[in-house]
Amino acid sequence: MLVIAVLVATPVVAVVLSGAAGVGEASLPRGLGSMVLTTLGLMLGVGVGTLLVGGGLAWLVTAYSFPMRDVLVWLLVLPLAMPAYILGFVFLSTFDVSGPVQGALRSVFGAGVWVPEVRSLPGAIIVMSLTLYPYVYLLARNALVEQAPGTYDAARTLGAGRWRALWRVLLPLARPSLAAGLSLVMMETLTDFATVQYFNVETVSVGVYLVWKGSFEFHTATQLSVLVLLFAVAVLAGERLMRGRARFHQKGGRGQGLQGARLTGWKGWGATALAIAALAAGFVVPVTQLLWWAVGDVVSDPSTLWDARFVDYLTNSLVVATVTALACVLLAVVIGHTLRLGGGRLVRGAAQMTTFGYAVPGAVVGIGVLIAFARLDELLESLGVPGGTGLLVTGSVMGILYSYVVRFLAPAYQAVDASFAKIPPTMTMSAMSLGATPRRILTRVHLPLVRPGVAVALVLVAIDAVKELPIVLLLRPFGFTTVSVWVYELARENFWEKAALPALVIVAVAVVPVLVLFRQVRLVELRGKAE
Amino acid sequence: MGAELVTAPRSTAPSGGEPALVLEGVSKRYGSTVAVESVDLTAAPGELVTLVGPSGCGKSTTLRLVAGLERPDEGVVRIAGEVVADARRFQEPEQRRVGLVFQDHALFPHLTVAQNVAFGLHRMPRTERQARVGEVLELVRLGHLAGRYPHELSGGEQQRVALARALAPRPAVVLMDEPFSSLDESLRAQVRADTVAVLRETGTTGMLVTHDQTEALSVGDRVIVMNRGNVEQADGPEHVFEHPASRFVASFMGDADFLPAHVHDALLTCEIGVVSTIPGWAHCDVDVDVVLRPHEVALTVDPASTAHVVAVEYHGAFVLHMVRLASGRTLRSWQPHAVRHPVGTAVAVTVVPGITPTLLVGDRAVTSPPCATDSGPTRVG
Repeated sequence: MLVIAVLVATPVVAVVLSGAAGVGEASLPRGLGSMVLTTLGLMLGVGVGTLLVGGGLAWLVTAYSFPMRDVLVWLLVLPLAMPAYILGFVFLSTFDVSGPVQGALRSVFGAGVWVPEVRSLPGAIIVMSLTLYPYVYLLARNALVEQAPGTYDAARTLGAGRWRALWRVLLPLARPSLAAGLSLVMMETLTDFATVQYFNVETVSVGVYLVWKGSFEFHTATQLSVLVLLFAVAVLAGERLMRGRARFHQKGGRGQGLQGARLTGWKGWGATALAIAALAAGFVVPVTQLLWWAVGDVVSDPSTLWDARFVDYLTNSLVVATVTALACVLLAVVIGHTLRLGGGRLVRGAAQMTTFGYAVPGAVVGIGVLIAFARLDELLESLGVPGGTGLLVTGSVMGILYSYVVRFLAPAYQAVDASFAKIPPTMTMSAMSLGATPRRILTRVHLPLVRPGVAVALVLVAIDAVKELPIVLLLRPFGFTTVSVWVYELARENFWEKAALPALVIVAVAVVPVLVLFRQVRLVELRGKAE
Repeated sequence: MGAELVTAPRSTAPSGGEPALVLEGVSKRYGSTVAVESVDLTAAPGELVTLVGPSGCGKSTTLRLVAGLERPDEGVVRIAGEVVADARRFQEPEQRRVGLVFQDHALFPHLTVAQNVAFGLHRMPRTERQARVGEVLELVRLGHLAGRYPHELSGGEQQRVALARALAPRPAVVLMDEPFSSLDESLRAQVRADTVAVLRETGTTGMLVTHDQTEALSVGDRVIVMNRGNVEQADGPEHVFEHPASRFVASFMGDADFLPAHVHDALLTCEIGVVSTIPGWAHCDVDVDVVLRPHEVALTVDPASTAHVVAVEYHGAFVLHMVRLASGRTLRSWQPHAVRHPVGTAVAVTVVPGITPTLLVGDRAVTSPPCATDSGPTRVG
C-alpha cells in the first residue's frame, strides 16, 4: 500500500524538489510572461465558453420542452467522445485560409475580404469549448434535476416566479456542481498541449513540451512544470473557494420540482436548432467530415486499410492501453481490498495519495517520471552499475506506462471502490471469522463481488489511455508511435485525409464510455420524470 | 414477564471445565474516547450470555474484540483456554475459533446456501465437508434450500443460514450482533426461539449483543449490562431485574422510578409512607433512594390523598397510570386492564406487599447496611 502511494507521488515530488533546487540556476525561456498570460486567457476563455454552452444547454433542456428535446438531452453528451486534437484539425481544415469557408467568402467578396485569423487564441477557445462543454452540461443538469425538487417548490409557494426561483434558489444550489464541472474543464485545458499548437497558441504546457523536445533542457522544463502545477493547484483552490463552506446536498425530498415549460412555434424550433447546432459543431459535422475523408482516402488508395504502419500503431496503442488498464485495476483492487481488511490511518492516507495523480497535468507527470528515472540511473551508476539501466533512453515505454498508471489510477480506483462500497463490512468480517485468509477473502469474496467495478474500470482506463496524447508525445522513445500520436503528426502536417481513418478509430473507441454515460443521463431523466 | 422463557442455567453445561470465553481487564480506546474500559467477563461452556446496553455503551466493541476485529489496548482475551490477545500476542480473526452472526446476516450473495455454509470448512476433506454442511442445514431445518441463493430466501431463512454458517466449523463461541433486529416484529420471536433452541441443542457457547432489555432477559442464561464502556452488572436475568446493581441498571432494565427515602431502625420510609422493614439495618439512620417498579406500586382511590393521577396509558393487558405526589415527583403504576382511574383522581399510593425494594446510595445499590461500621453516609436524626 505504501509502495503504491510512494510510486504515485514520486513524479510530482520529483518535479517540485528539482524545481525548487534549480531556482535561479536555469534560464527561463524567453516570453515566459506571455506564456502565462496566454494560459490564463485560454483557461478563462474556455471556462466562460463551456459555462455558456454547457450551462445554457442544461438550463434549456431542463426548463423547457421543445421538439426532439428528449433525444437531444442525452445526445448532447456526445462531443465528449471527440478529443480536442481531432476536432481541432477538422475545424482548421474547414475554416483556415485554404478551407471551403474562406474559399467561398473569397469567391463572393473578392480576394481582399477580411476574415479573422483562425489559428489564434479565440480559435482554440472555440474548439476546446465545443469538446469540453459536456462536463459542465452533465454536472449542471444533474444538479438541476436532482437537487431537492422540494426546495424549488418551496420557493414557488413563497411567491417566487420561475426566474426568481432560478436565480435565487436553483443557481446557488447548482453552484458546487458548476464549480466541479468548470474545474474539470480547466484541468483538461491546462493539460492540453497538442490542440493549442495547431492554433499557434503557446501555453505553459506547450512550453514544457517544446523546451523538452527541442533542447532537452531539464531544468527549464522542470521549472515550467512547477508553473503548470501551480496553475493546477490554483484551479483546485478555485473550486474549493467557489463551493465555499456551503454543503449543498439536498437529495430526496418529494416534489414537482422544475417542470419544463412547453415552447411552441418558432421558439420551440429555435431551441431545437440551438441544441442541434452545438451537437453538430461538436460531433456530427466533424465525424461526417472525417468519414468523407476516410472513404475518399480508402477509395483512392485501398491499400491504406492494410497499411503496415496503421496496424503497427494500433497494436502499440492497444498494448499500452491494455497493460495500463490491467495495472491500474490490479492496484485499485489491492488498495480496496487492503482498506477493507482494516488498517490504520496510514493505509487510508496512502489510499488517498494514490488518487491525486488525476489532478496533475500530463506534462508534469511526464517530466516527473523523466526526472525520477534520471535520478534512478544516477543512483545505479554510483552503485557501480555502468551506464545505470539506461532507463532514460530505453525505458521510455516503461515511462509511458508508469505515467499512465499515475494518471489513471484515480478513475480505476473510483470504479472499483464503488463496487467495494456495495459489500457490507460485515461480509468481510464474516469471511474472516470463518477462517479465510486475506488471500482467500480476495479471491473467493471480494473479487467475485467487485467484478462489475473491475470491468468498468478496465474499459474506462483502456479508453482513456488510447485517447491520451500529451504523455506519449512527451515520453515516447524514437520510433514508438501510437494511433493518437499518428493522428496528431499527420494533422500537424496538414495530411487531413490520411489522419481521418485513425482519428475515426479513436472517436469510435471514445464513444463507448459516453454510451455508459447515456444510461446515467437517462436514469436522471427517469428520476426527474418520476418526481 | 415471560416467566416460562426464563430458564435456570443448564445442568447439561459441562461444569468445572475451562471457561469458553474470558476477558480480563480489556480496554479499547479510539483516540481520546474510551469505547471499552477494563472489562472483565466470562462465559462457561454451553452458556448463553447476553450483552445489553444503550447504543454506544461498548457492547459491540466488546464483541469485535472477542472476534479479533479490534485489537485491545489493554487486557487479555482467552477463548477455550487459549490466549488470543494480550499485550504481546494477537491472533488474527481467521485463526480464532469464533463464529459471527450479524444483523444484516452478511451472506455471500454469489454463493448458494450450501456454499455459504461450506465457506468456513475449506480445510476439511470433501466428503466430510458435505456431510457437515448437510448436518448443520438440517439443524436449522433448511436442508431443502441448500441450492438456493441468499436473495431467494426470506429474512428468517437468511438468519438461519447465517447461524448455520457460523456453527459449521464448530466454533468455541458464537457471537451474535443484534441478530434479530432486521426481522419483522411478528417473525422475531419465532426466529429467536429457534436460534436459542439450536444453540442449546448443540451445547454451543453464545454471546448475543442486543439493545433490547426484554430480549436480553428472556434469552440469556446470564445478562451483562454495559454502560459507557463499563460492565455495570453481570448476573442471572432474574437477579438483574430484581436486584439491579446500580441506578442505571434499574432504569435501563425495565421501568423504574426513584424516590428519596430514609432508613431508621430497620424501617424504610419515604413520601408514600412506610415501604417495608429491612432486617439487619436495625441500627441505621441513613438517607437512600428507593427503586420502585410500576408493578410494585399499588393504587387505591382515596379522596383525602394528596397524590393524583395525571396520565393514563392503555397498553392492552395493563393500564399504566402516572401519579403525581405532593412533592411533585411522579410514580408509575401498572394496573390490570380493567382498572382505569380517570385523570385527576386522588389516589393513595402504597407498595405491593412482600416486596423488598432495591436501595441506592448515590448511584450504587446497597445490600448490606452501609452504617454498620459507622463509616457510611449516616445522618444523626
